[in-house]
Amino acid sequence: MELAKVEGTIVSTAKSEKLLGYKLLLLNLINPDMSSSNNYVVAVDAVGAGEGEVVIVVRGSSARQAEKLTNVPTDSSIVAIVDSVEFKGKVVFRKS
Amino acid sequence: MKLGRIQGKVWATVKDPKLNNCTLYILQPVDEDENPIGMAQVAVDTVSSREGDLVYWVGGGEATLAFPDKQIPSDVTIVGLVDRMDLKKL
Amino acid sequence: MILCKVIGSIVSTIKHDSYRNKKIMIVRPISPDGKFKSGTMVAIDTVRAGEGDTVLVMSEGRSTMDILELKNREPLRSIIVGIVDRIDTISDQLRK
Repeated sequence: MELAKVEGTIVSTAKSEKLLGYKLLLLNLINPDMSSSNNYVVAVDAVGAGEGEVVIVVRGSSARQAEKLTNVPTDSSIVAIVDSVEFKGKVVFRKS
Repeated sequence: MKLGRIQGKVWATVKDPKLNNCTLYILQPVDEDENPIGMAQVAVDTVSSREGDLVYWVGGGEATLAFPDKQIPSDVTIVGLVDRMDLKKL
Repeated sequence: MILCKVIGSIVSTIKHDSYRNKKIMIVRPISPDGKFKSGTMVAIDTVRAGEGDTVLVMSEGRSTMDILELKNREPLRSIIVGIVDRIDTISDQLRK
């Protein structure tokens, strides 16, 4: 999995029927020191994440194992909203 | 599978129910000389590893299979602690 | 499958049950002419490979399950499935 910051919501009217009703969020993958990697991924939200939050995204076939997303066709899912991150002995992020 | 060094920890209250009771670590994939390979990952621990440990981990769909009773939404799962590496200089 | 060279082995006491009684090797991808590439991997040995051997490494769980004759899928992915004696190519320069 990777850390990511929710940077936006994807609005898509014409999408696969199997994706109807699922929230698609634009994520910027981040390094553990909270710096941006400038790699973007669009993920299906399984936990009710919102813009600005730091989340955990799981990718590949594993993304289909989220409890709320069984049988949803996805290769990227948000599976957690991060409260805090400790990196190399220091707290580098704490949700405000 | 690959080697990795545990560099930190992530706390998350709101998460997929299948990840309840899982410890989430910041894991930097490394090679045999500890050079980083790619981006740091968030990994699920299954072997009571601790920060600073050198471990090996499984990726992809097989990372979902570490627990007998549930398939977890993980693509990086720590499956062993490295006590020692016997390396041959080639 | 990819070509790799075995560069070492791992001694590990605490490990997932799927890894019990298995020989865990450290392998590094190589090009056909024997040059090391990046991306060191950890792989289960099934063919008594030794350090310095050029080997074939498979990284796919279902195939691993078949080769190890497992009843269920397990968190095992990369295994050594063969020791390469020789690579015959059009160009003899690539001959091992």
